[in-house]
Amino acid sequence: MSELSAMNRKKIQSLADKLSKHVNHFSKTEIECLICDFNVLLREQINPGKANGLDRQNFRSILYNKFGMSDAIIMDAVFRTFDTDVDSFISVKEWIEGLSVFLRGTLDEKIKFCFQVYDSNGDNYITKEEMFHMLRNSLIQLPNDEDPEEGVKDMVEITLKRMDYDHDGKVSLADFDKAVREENLLLEAFGTCLPDRKSIRGFEQQVFQHQLEK
Amino acid sequence: MGITLSRAAQWTTASSNIGKLEFTPMNELLLKEILSFVEEFSSQHPQQAEHVFKEPLQWTTTLVASDFKTDYDISDSVVQSQEKDSEGHPLLLLSPPNVYVRSFSQLCKLVHLTNDKKLEEVRACLEDNRNPVVKVLGPSFAAELEGDNQDETRLFAKVKEEEEHKDTDDKVKLFLLLQNLDKQLLIKLLHEISQQVELNPAAVKNEVEMLKRSCGNGESRLLKSIQYTSDYEFSNGCRAPPWRQVHGEICYLVIEPCDSETLYITCSTAGVFLNRGIKQKGEENDYERTSDTYEDLVSLLKSKSPQFAKNINKQDCAVQELPSTQKIQHVESVDAEEQGQPQRSYEQQEKNVHEKARQQHTANKAGGKMKYEPCPRWKDLGLKCPPGRAEEKKPNKSSGEEKSGEMYKKKMATGAKSKMKADFSVSSLPGHLSPLKIKTSAGALPVEVFSESSTESEEEEEQPERRPESNTDLPSEYWHIQKLVKYIKGGDQRFTVLTLCTLMDFNLMQETCQLAIRDVGGLEVLINLLDTNEVKCKIGSLKILRKISSSVQIRRAIVEMGGLQSIVKIVDSEEEELMALAAETIAIVARFPKARRTVRQYGGIKKLVKLLDCVSNLANLSVRQEKDVEIARCGTLALWSCSKSTRNKDAIRKAGGIPLLGRLLKSPHESMLIPVVGTLQECASEESYRIAIQTEGMIKDLVKILGSDNDELQMHCASAIFKCAEDKQTRDLVREYKGLQLLVSLLSKADNKHLLAAATGAIWKCSISMENVAKFGEYNALEVLVNLLTDQPEEVLVNVVGAVGEFAQIPENKATIRRCGGIKPLVNLLTGTNQALLVNVTKAVGACATDMDNMVIIDQLDGVRLVWSLLKNPSADVQSSAAWALCPCINNAKDAGEMVRSLVGGLELIVNLLKSTNNEVLASICATIAKIAKDKENLAVLTDHGVVPLLAKLTNTTDDRLRRHLAEAIGHCCMWGSNKALFGEAGAVAPLVCYLKSKDSSVHQSTAMALYQLSKDPNNCITMHEKGVVKPLIHIMGSDEEMLQEAAAGCVRNIRLLALANRKVQLFY
Repeated sequence: MSELSAMNRKKIQSLADKLSKHVNHFSKTEIECLICDFNVLLREQINPGKANGLDRQNFRSILYNKFGMSDAIIMDAVFRTFDTDVDSFISVKEWIEGLSVFLRGTLDEKIKFCFQVYDSNGDNYITKEEMFHMLRNSLIQLPNDEDPEEGVKDMVEITLKRMDYDHDGKVSLADFDKAVREENLLLEAFGTCLPDRKSIRGFEQQVFQHQLEK
Repeated sequence: MGITLSRAAQWTTASSNIGKLEFTPMNELLLKEILSFVEEFSSQHPQQAEHVFKEPLQWTTTLVASDFKTDYDISDSVVQSQEKDSEGHPLLLLSPPNVYVRSFSQLCKLVHLTNDKKLEEVRACLEDNRNPVVKVLGPSFAAELEGDNQDETRLFAKVKEEEEHKDTDDKVKLFLLLQNLDKQLLIKLLHEISQQVELNPAAVKNEVEMLKRSCGNGESRLLKSIQYTSDYEFSNGCRAPPWRQVHGEICYLVIEPCDSETLYITCSTAGVFLNRGIKQKGEENDYERTSDTYEDLVSLLKSKSPQFAKNINKQDCAVQELPSTQKIQHVESVDAEEQGQPQRSYEQQEKNVHEKARQQHTANKAGGKMKYEPCPRWKDLGLKCPPGRAEEKKPNKSSGEEKSGEMYKKKMATGAKSKMKADFSVSSLPGHLSPLKIKTSAGALPVEVFSESSTESEEEEEQPERRPESNTDLPSEYWHIQKLVKYIKGGDQRFTVLTLCTLMDFNLMQETCQLAIRDVGGLEVLINLLDTNEVKCKIGSLKILRKISSSVQIRRAIVEMGGLQSIVKIVDSEEEELMALAAETIAIVARFPKARRTVRQYGGIKKLVKLLDCVSNLANLSVRQEKDVEIARCGTLALWSCSKSTRNKDAIRKAGGIPLLGRLLKSPHESMLIPVVGTLQECASEESYRIAIQTEGMIKDLVKILGSDNDELQMHCASAIFKCAEDKQTRDLVREYKGLQLLVSLLSKADNKHLLAAATGAIWKCSISMENVAKFGEYNALEVLVNLLTDQPEEVLVNVVGAVGEFAQIPENKATIRRCGGIKPLVNLLTGTNQALLVNVTKAVGACATDMDNMVIIDQLDGVRLVWSLLKNPSADVQSSAAWALCPCINNAKDAGEMVRSLVGGLELIVNLLKSTNNEVLASICATIAKIAKDKENLAVLTDHGVVPLLAKLTNTTDDRLRRHLAEAIGHCCMWGSNKALFGEAGAVAPLVCYLKSKDSSVHQSTAMALYQLSKDPNNCITMHEKGVVKPLIHIMGSDEEMLQEAAAGCVRNIRLLALANRKVQLFY
């Protein structure tokens, strides 16, 4: 057993070595911790199957349990953004690279991340339809039985007009970048796709300290 | 004509330029008037009729070539007049369907040709030429016509400079004719309007209320529902947006009758009509009228909904069955209810209202002048009156006023919107900058600054709301904001954040937007967001609150709604951005006492002070530390605002704020230093702070910062030193750290008056120490200061003069002042009214007057008379300061006695001031009397004015300063007639003897002198002896002062002599 774990350990270390070249915001030890945590998560997976990564359902439950996200559309979109090779599984590499931005990203990285999340068809533009899709249920009620959908449409129009600096009727990454830099609140304009400070702290504490104790 | 056409004529589409004149009686009248004007023009004003228009009037005509007669050149369908203008254009040109006309004579002929279609032609002409005056006379004239300037000569000048035409005269006359026509038309139209019945908001409201009650279920219901499009009611009772109110529109209704489709209704002062469907968006074209105008809602509904008509008629019948006397009573009772007693049974009330409406109806038909009274508020706000109302009320108003009134309305209604906006943004600026202003003037406040909180007296005054003005021209932003606030209410976190971001894009510094947010209930929503757990919503809300708080009214509203508590709560949240924003918002909101109190009462001061505790080393910061420092900066900004209340100053000190401020004082960043130094200088009004500033070693930092090159920073620094330099040690420290030179160098920035005031203030206070005065001498400060004695604002002058007064304590400086020509400006300042300034000026003049050469100049400038007249100043400080200044003047004037006598009523004035209750005034007056009494003639006058009993009355005082000068005055006044005995009789002797027990040796001196004089009267000697004067006198004889020795001895001698004489009498007789 100990031999196995030693082997394992070596494997993890070499993997961490490799990953640390791609990931900016974690130290090597932290990466090791994250790999271990990933393995645990993988083992807990309801249908482990033959896959070598977290599947969508599992990923969503992590987002829900650890980062307090609840919007299905956004969670799927976050999954899509993590899943860079589009194989419907989050590999350890994708997981750690994703977390790097997710937990400790700079504003630049976050802007890019959020943009990818919101760009649901991956055509490098956030269109009016995409916005509307994401915001569909965001207006709960209006007085006098007005149609909330109209309100959402209205707000999508306003927001599009505001972000569309190059007047091409859709929001490019450059547009989005500019808009967010002007008003930081627009970073997560179409849905919370980054964890809040408290859950970041909780997650890091759990992964890094807990693992170090082992 | 221009005004009438643009304002009074009823165009189908209010905003567009291609509108048609509606077929209304008003327009009919208008057209007829214009037509008759044109028809008669040629015959009445033949000369002006030939004047060629600037541009031809062009319109689509029904005339064809065959209508024209022989005096025209006709070829095919084109017709030209034979008359041509100077450039060869025919004065009339018809090329169907257009016609071009270039003069009134042609116009007149044309009208005569048209026979029965005259009105149509005029109508077409006016529709195609919305502004005929511009075409006839040119744009500059048209503007003149609309302006209220009717100065003929100016017009001539204008015409002349414009063109050297021979027909100048004609043009002006034409202009005047058109102007006259315009006036006539307006008067006619107004007359017409006043005949029409008008609705007002109250009446509409009543009617709607009445109809609302009759909605519901059941057979007899009148309507399914009736609703306003807007819940917001302006103060004048209207619900229409202000730019529609100028069209006389009151509100919009959406009514669902039982049997027909939904009706969109506009209620305006002119009546009730259907519109194109105004919902809550209020698109511009929706306002268009699509039906006839009805007198009231009931009659409109009657025509649109048969069931309504049926049901309401039923009710009418029921009412009609009642006997007629009762009917009248009912009507009255409705009136009573309108005044607010709605306890009647619903049914009856309803009937009554119907009845009333119906009655009114008939009255209208009968042509009566029954009219709803406009509600009083509406009346007050003259500009909210629908066009024509104001004039209607005052038909006799002069034409000039009328014009300007019209002009104003026009401005309000048309393109002025954008201009108004600009005005507002400018006007909001001062408000925004006010913290700076308040603070700086605080620093410049004179003497009393040190006794109490500097700005308590400069609190924000309750500003009158500028609603009326902004109300009339609320722009479309208002509706956008209303919509957005609705979205915030109904949306989730994402939607709310997006909406908040949109709201931020408005110009939130603009008053219109600020008030709009408040008026649509946005403040409550924003404040509610602060109590949620959504960080982003809180951030967004604070970002908006921070900006709109530039308005005084918003600040007050936030505090009234309890928003400040919520903001204070956020100060110690975990999110850095929130902390900083909350502190920043507090900095803006806490600009009036109640807000500052709220911050303190909810523990805000402590929390804010905690924000200051960031990094100990303020140089070389990491990114993370920079954030902390930023938070500290925001915290300081908030404390700065809060520190204007004395209690908050205490609270900051108790929370341990002073050392933290001291630490931040070492920051290298000006943005940080400004609020820190600002707070310190604000708090330096408290002695505890002054001591702390000195003991914590902040003077060194302050002096260092004084050397920065930021004016604002230097100003606060100088201000802090100004306040702290009350203390001698501080003054010495400033000198030690070489601050004096920096202060003097600040005097070169004479353009920045706030800075100059603070710098001169600091120099003044520092110059209280003579070592500093000597040091200032090295930098030639006095020369610079003397130059600042002219053309400066009072807050600077007070300090400059104060400093000059201190400098003049050193003899060589007195000469310097004279040499630099400082005496004259000083004397000139004696005529001012600022009391703080007068106190300092009299002091300075007094100090200068101790130099004989200066005194000559002062005398030449009539300075003594000016100082003397300041004794009449109501301020005790000025009185005493003036009196003190008189002493050296009288001492040093060449012919003092004569000079004093030349001041008519002067001596009486002095004697009367002995009735003052202020000891300082009394002391100074006594000192002056002592100087005056040296001249025997003047002493006689003083005596005549009753100086003796007044002085005697004062002798019971315990104030040593007063005692000293009082005794001196008594001593000198004894030198006339029977004054010695009179003092004795008035009981002045016994108290004087007591003065000898005083601890103040200067009291002893003057008392001994006085007693010596008094002892020349035997009765006084007896009194003195009885009071045991001898023993203390013998003691005083042992003094080092010769004068004192002599006086004491003289007094004892007199007593002794009397005793001897007595003995002799007893022995020999």
